[in-house]
Order: sequence, then structure tokens, then C-alpha cells
Amino acid sequence: MNIHEHQAKALLKEYGVPVSDGVAIFSVDEAEAAAKSLGGPLWVVKSQIHAGGRGKGRFKELDKDAAGGVRLARSIDEVKFDVKEMLGNTLVTKQTGEQGKQVNRLYIEDGADIKSELYLSLLVDRESGRVAFVASTEGGMDIEAVAEETPEKIHTIPINPATGVTKDDVEKLCDAFELSGQARKDGATLFPILYNAFVEKDMALLEVNPLIEMKDGHLRVLDAKVSFDNNALFRHPDIVKLRDLSEEDEKEIEASKHDLAYIALDGTIGCMVNGAGLAMSTMDIIKLYGEEPANFLDVGGGATAEKVTAAFKIITSDPNVKGILVNIFGGIMRCDVIAEGVLQAVKEVGLKVPLVVRLEGTKVAEGQKLIDESDLDVISAKDLDDAAQKIVAAVRAAK
Amino acid sequence: MSILVNKDTKVLVQGLTGKTGTFHTEQALAYYNTKMVGGTHPKKGGTSWTSSLDGTKLPIFTTVAEGKEVTGANATVIYVPPAGAAAAIIEAIEADIELITCITEGVPVLDMVKVKERLERSNSRLLGPNCPGVLTPEECKIGIMPGSIFSKGSVGIVSRSGTLTYEAVFQTTNEGLGQTTAVGIGGDPVKGTEFIDVLELFLADDETKSIVMIGEIGGSAEEDAAQFIKDEAKKGRSKPMAGFIAGLTAPPGRTMGHAGAVISGGKGGAEDKIEAMESAGIKVSRSPAQIGKTLVDLLNS
Repeated sequence: MNIHEHQAKALLKEYGVPVSDGVAIFSVDEAEAAAKSLGGPLWVVKSQIHAGGRGKGRFKELDKDAAGGVRLARSIDEVKFDVKEMLGNTLVTKQTGEQGKQVNRLYIEDGADIKSELYLSLLVDRESGRVAFVASTEGGMDIEAVAEETPEKIHTIPINPATGVTKDDVEKLCDAFELSGQARKDGATLFPILYNAFVEKDMALLEVNPLIEMKDGHLRVLDAKVSFDNNALFRHPDIVKLRDLSEEDEKEIEASKHDLAYIALDGTIGCMVNGAGLAMSTMDIIKLYGEEPANFLDVGGGATAEKVTAAFKIITSDPNVKGILVNIFGGIMRCDVIAEGVLQAVKEVGLKVPLVVRLEGTKVAEGQKLIDESDLDVISAKDLDDAAQKIVAAVRAAK
Repeated sequence: MSILVNKDTKVLVQGLTGKTGTFHTEQALAYYNTKMVGGTHPKKGGTSWTSSLDGTKLPIFTTVAEGKEVTGANATVIYVPPAGAAAAIIEAIEADIELITCITEGVPVLDMVKVKERLERSNSRLLGPNCPGVLTPEECKIGIMPGSIFSKGSVGIVSRSGTLTYEAVFQTTNEGLGQTTAVGIGGDPVKGTEFIDVLELFLADDETKSIVMIGEIGGSAEEDAAQFIKDEAKKGRSKPMAGFIAGLTAPPGRTMGHAGAVISGGKGGAEDKIEAMESAGIKVSRSPAQIGKTLVDLLNS
């Protein structure tokens, strides 16, 4: 689960992390009061969307030479002008895709005197199986490009969960950032705090880009991107409250209510599969035969007929779907339960596009029998190859 | 021979009294009489569990240590809900269980970071979490794999994905090859056993004549495994290997069902993994429906 920058900063501030003062606003009317309360003389107006690259992003509705999604303002009038231009418009960044994201809230912050920009993130490093700091002196840049071009400028420092951040770790981090004097002292306090926040809140990613050293020598978190481990949200009701549904796909929200793993894609063949690996492979095999999947959908191990019906409804609500492929290899999941669910769903929602069903595994004979004996227009497939070819052929025939 | 489990493996079930634990324990008992020796529950010690299939009774113990003491169990399988899974694994580690298999999906990753640190200071091996388990045909079934698709044979199978393990098993059965053992290592980013650990066991197992490895997007475990296979081949240890990678069409930055299946920071894409595996001499099928056939073609070439 992702949260907005202003929420991330408020959370980090509770831990004592140095951040700029700021106010989140949701309407143009709030701009003046917010700017006044911060005082100036320099403000930063930042679009709050769940995507990176905001500074270099462009608003769809504005001239192409208009300023981007993060702007510096030197007067209250400038703040008001920027807020009017940005709020409600669609920001396109390299992470949003062409359709962009509507900016529904802005964060107005005090400007800071930047001496240098650093990159810091915390994540779970798979290789060591530990939480690791990623540190670089190349802040404010696209870190993927830095990793590609100058990998020696990126330092990964894993932390032992039994000890937490040690003095030795702090030294390594300060050296990686080439800190001295006041900034080094600040680092000794800041790094353990960030680690504790990460662990206590079950974060999946905490990215500070940039972390700045200011002209007075102090460190400050200038931007913060935080996401949480969905599997740990059950123990963080305070975090769940920060979820912004307007940032998520409607079909994905509906799917999450039914405990279905669903991801909307751009193709024409809707997929319903059990198991994440098989669901991905089903997408792959559709592509292999020349068509594109409309979604990823894993109904999971313990699906009931109701869950299958919900999944079917979500797939058919996508107007791009020109055919549906159901691919089930029953282990825990029984094929007869799936067959019942599919038939039930077809009866409820109706079937306007070709449907191919491939069943294998536990109770396959019973499941197959249900499909074969129904009077609904369902195409049976004998294996995965057969299923993929049949749905691709059916979708092409309908074009 | 086989790896990890055989007809002498004695299995204790952590979370036997729940619905999932009950269903799969009944299935395991029905699969060539897998030696399921008991279950644990912190409050139900001293009671017993009865299979609804044939009335088999198993004792329930308060702790894993007690269960091991009484039954001589050398393996446990965990079906407890996500919030208690890490504690269950650590309990089994502290009872010095040789093989711990955690089926539970949705364990918080930072719980697994703590488990991994504890595991590294122990003699136990952990499979999973979020895995389908391990099965040696006609001998022992731990976890949730459907026994009916297996046949005894010569292929060692290792996979990050549950249902794709079934595809590989099913296809190698249909090709008449059969399996020595199938191992699901699980789809989470931090887990007990990686590809390399299982490949080492398959290379050392005389009955395993060929290997199928099924990976997916995210992380670099497949690349590490490919490097391992290359290095071992230089030492004269190699077996014919076929493979498959799921997620060629997965969009970057999206977690594809498994917590570990995500392309992030330009890393973990399927193409890189396929390339690494092919450079190590592993024949990678582009179609999930051709895994068995790819292996047969390789063995006949």
C-alpha cells in the first residue's frame, strides 16, 4: 500500500525525522491561508499523486511549456497561481503512463537552502534477507540511471535484525554519503530513527530522494516515498486509514474486497487463474500466440463459488475484454467448485464474449462433467496450449 | 533415492486442528501412508485429532519439542495463519526439527527477516513460506500438492510457484519420465530455501537424472542458480536441465500475486533470467505448456 508524500512526512515527523513545515490542501480556497501560515519567503508546491517523476512531469491540460508537478514559488500570489494551475488537472510523468493521474491534493512546503542532495532508501534486500540502506551521493537524480551508469556510487548496507543499526553501520553510512561536521552528527541520530520507523511500521520501501544537507550543515528529508507490506497491514490500523482509494483502479479495489489478486492490463483476453505463477504464465502464453491479456487475476488457493463469481464479474466489467480464459490447476482448489462458480457467474452476468475453460487436477472429472452438461456456450480445452490457442482463435474470429 | 523427504520422514503438523491443516493431513495420510505422527496446539495438548476419511487418530501436543520427544518427528509442516507463522517456524527451529515446511501465504516480510536470522544460527532447513511443500512420489507428501498427478521417476523439480509446479509434474508424468522429488520453495522475497540449495541436492542424488527449474520475475535467485550450475559444470557436475520463467508480460512495478514477483528498479525481469539460464546450458521453454516436452527433446538430443 502506498501513501502520499505529505502523509509519509507526517509519519516520519512523529519519529523525530527532520522535515520541512508544510500544509496539505485539497482546494484552491485553502492556498492563501496555507502559504501565509508557512510564512515564506520561499514555498514549494508539490503535486500529491502515487507516482514518481513529478518534477519533470507535465500537465495534460496546460501548455507544454507550463511548469511541472513540483514548483518553487516566491510570493503568495505565485503560490495561488500554481495551485490554480495544478489542482484538478492531470499530471503525466514517466511513471503514470500516458493517461496520467489527476492531482486531487497539493502539499505546500517551506523552501530549504540546499547545499547538496543525497539519495537514501530502506528496503528488504532479498540477497541478504535483511533490511538494507541504499546510500548514494547522487541525490535528486533518477537512481535507476545512477545504478546503470555509475554503480560504484551506490552503497548497500544490510542491517542485522538482532542488533538494529550499530555505530559501525552509522559510520559506513556517513562515509557513503561523505558527511562531515554537523551533518555527520545529524546522521548518527537520523539513520537509526529511519530504520526503526521502517521496522515498526512494516514498510516495504522508504525512499528519501533527496536527503539534503542544508547550508547550515543540518540534514533534512526533502522528499519521502513510503509504501507498506500489504501482508502486515492487519497490525497497523492507523496506516490503513491513510489509504487513498482515488489513486487505485476501481476494478482492483473491488477485487481486493474479495481477496482476489487482480491487476488491470491493456489487452483483450480476460484471465481467471489459480496461483500467481500460473496466472502470469497464462498471460505469457496468450502473448505467445499473438494476443494480449486484459488482466492478471489469481483467485487464490481457497476460492469458493462466490469468489469465482466475483472474479468473473470484475473481468466482464472491463469493456476491452473480447474473450475470457479460465485456467485452473486444482491442488487445494477443487475443479468442480470452480466449474460451479463459472456456470453460476455466466447465468448471473450473461456471456457476451467467447469463454474457454481449462480444468486440471483435483476433481477434474466432476468439474468437466458440469461444464459439458450445461447448456451454456462454454468451450472446453484439454490442456493449457489448447486453451490458449482456442481463446486466441475465438477472439480473432469475433473481430 | 530422493531428496529431503522419503518413506521414513515423520511429520508433525503445526496447525493440525484447523480446517486447512485437517484437509491436507487427511490427504497426506491417504497418499501412500505418509508418516503423519501428530499435531501441535498450545491449548489442546493431550487431546487427539481424527481423520474424517478413515478414522485415523493422531495425538495433539502442546509444543513441537514435546511432539518431537514422543514421536521422533524429524519434520513439521505449518498451516497456522500469517500472524502466527513466524512464531511457529521459530518454535520448530528451537526444537531442532530437521525440515520445516511453511505453507502459510501472507507472512509479513519483516517477520521472515527475523526468522531468517534465527535460521542461519540453526541446523534446521526451512521450505517456504508461501509454498506448496515437497513430495517424493509413492513415499511422502508434505503440503498441498495433488498426489494424483505424480509418478515415480527420474526428474527433480524445483519451483517458486505452486500451480506451475503442478504443471511441471503433470507434464513430466505425461511424458513418462516421472519425478524423484518435487520441491516448492515459495513465492516470497525472503524465504528459507533458495534454488541453489535444492539444485545442490538434486545434483548429488543418483536417482535424479534430469532437473526442471521453474522461476518467475523478481529478485535474482534464477541468475544466482544459473551461475551455480555453470560453476558446478566446470567441476564436472551437471545434469540435463529444462526451465521456465513466468512473467514475460508482467508490467514493471506491479506485484504479481506473489509478494516476491515484482520487477523493481529495472531488475528481476523475465528476459534477463531466461538469458542467464540459457547461458548456463538450461533449456528454457517459452511456453508453460511445453515444459515436459522441452525436457524430453533435450534428453533425446
